[in-house]
Amino acid sequence: MSKLRSQIDVRLEFPALAQEVSGRPLAYLDSAASTQKPNAVLAAMERFYREDNANVHRGVHTLSQRATDAFEAARRTVARFVNAQSEREVVFTKGCTEAINLVAASWGGANLGPGDRVLVSHMEHHADIVPWQLIAQRTGATVEPFPITDSGEVDLASLEAMLAAGRVKLVGVKHVCNALGTVNPVAEIARLAHAHGALVLADGAQALAHVPVDVQALGVDFYAMSAHKVYGPMGVGALYGRAELLEAMPPYQGGGDMIRTVSFEGTTFNDPPNRFEPGTPNVAGAIGFGAALDWVRAVGLGAIAAHESALTAYSSSRLAEVPGLRVVGTAPERIGVFSFVMDAAHPHDVGTVLDRHGVAVRTGHHCCMPLMRRLGVPATTRISLAAYSNEADVDAAVEALHGVRALFT
Amino acid sequence: MRKESSRMDLQDLYQQTLLDHGKRPRNFGPLPEATHRAEGYNPMCGDEVRLALLVEGDVVREARFEGCGCAISQASASMMTQAVKGQTVVHARELFDRFHAVVVRGEDEASDDDLGPLDCLTGVRQYPNRIKCATLAWHALKDALEGERA
Repeated sequence: MSKLRSQIDVRLEFPALAQEVSGRPLAYLDSAASTQKPNAVLAAMERFYREDNANVHRGVHTLSQRATDAFEAARRTVARFVNAQSEREVVFTKGCTEAINLVAASWGGANLGPGDRVLVSHMEHHADIVPWQLIAQRTGATVEPFPITDSGEVDLASLEAMLAAGRVKLVGVKHVCNALGTVNPVAEIARLAHAHGALVLADGAQALAHVPVDVQALGVDFYAMSAHKVYGPMGVGALYGRAELLEAMPPYQGGGDMIRTVSFEGTTFNDPPNRFEPGTPNVAGAIGFGAALDWVRAVGLGAIAAHESALTAYSSSRLAEVPGLRVVGTAPERIGVFSFVMDAAHPHDVGTVLDRHGVAVRTGHHCCMPLMRRLGVPATTRISLAAYSNEADVDAAVEALHGVRALFT
Repeated sequence: MRKESSRMDLQDLYQQTLLDHGKRPRNFGPLPEATHRAEGYNPMCGDEVRLALLVEGDVVREARFEGCGCAISQASASMMTQAVKGQTVVHARELFDRFHAVVVRGEDEASDDDLGPLDCLTGVRQYPNRIKCATLAWHALKDALEGERA
């Protein structure tokens, strides 16, 4: 907390937080679904459209050069933020989901065959499962879940046994679980996978805003990112891929900017990352993404994590005060995400009541239907914290949860 | 003042009758002798209703359901089964049309009185993201009546 700008100041940087919902101050506790955006991000994107708007990698004119410079600067910012060796290892995408689809279609299409196996954890998001199922249908590969424990942690011994059974080409795992908040031991998973000749794709959607990400230290081959989960805009994200892997991968989609020469006799393709970025990219989005990472760096990820950790402990004790409330997922290594069920009411009814108290939470299966089945719950209510969250938000939620009990029991 | 208004809103949605049906759903359980069956599932939220009807001639003799979900989906299913039991198939279809008109299209010409005890479900009109919870069982009713005899 010491290095974090005072909480009041941080909140003031997020204009969307300064409003009332249902006549109460908004308590935004749905940051795992999407974070709010600070003024620095909004200003960077607006400045691009007001002053520099032009297409990138195309024109010789001044504005096109400025747009290109800003776009490529954002790529360097992303590369530095996750400690990639080079910005050529960073491909801009629509978000995490597209990054994973890119790897599945391009790398998977070229490298998977009948009998090959892709392992994904039982806590994976649908975006980490379905792209592999789609490519498996076309290649004859199989997609198998590796188990998790009741507390919501990956079962490394089972993973190792599945790897030892052979023919595993890739292991997919979330760095941080969106439904439970578990921080997965990605470096250990990568070490096991590599020992058995498999690659590793980590989904970093929930990680970037909360835990340090160093793709080289983690030892991952691919790392998927979404800007809007780390204070940036929606509709943009990035894929980190090790340079030699990206260089060997065929194009994902065809179009302008991804080619070197085109003729009806044959087309040659550009080098990575441009090979995987056909069409005019979301330039303002990429600039906003870069601005968001700069904002996190300026505030300090360590300070943010310390603040969130203190608030996580506070939330944990406050939620324990609500009778009949059970938190699902109790891994010791976790971020400020609480998935819970209540005896008194179904998550959807909880969500509606909380909204009428000005408290925004997520309810449902969190795009993790296999995980919900594994944990034996149809759905949960989820509270998720961010740098701007404070005790008043948590207090508002707890008061509203008592209201749920009063209404339904 | 603001606190009161938000509570009043919630009570429009969660009326006592609805809460009671949500907690103690009527006609809940299997119906092995059913002639018509249909399932309703909302992939957005996981609400689930499995409806079974016993139709003799043109009368719905028995209606039962199983499933899980929020108070609104379960109360709606409970009240729907009560409403159609003993009614003709034609009347059950009319009831679907009226319910749909009032809850989904927000039509006023079908006055609330027409829905009788189902009136308490119309509170969802103010909560667009909850309307599907209320209509889930009703779509299962429509599907069951349109489907082949089991």
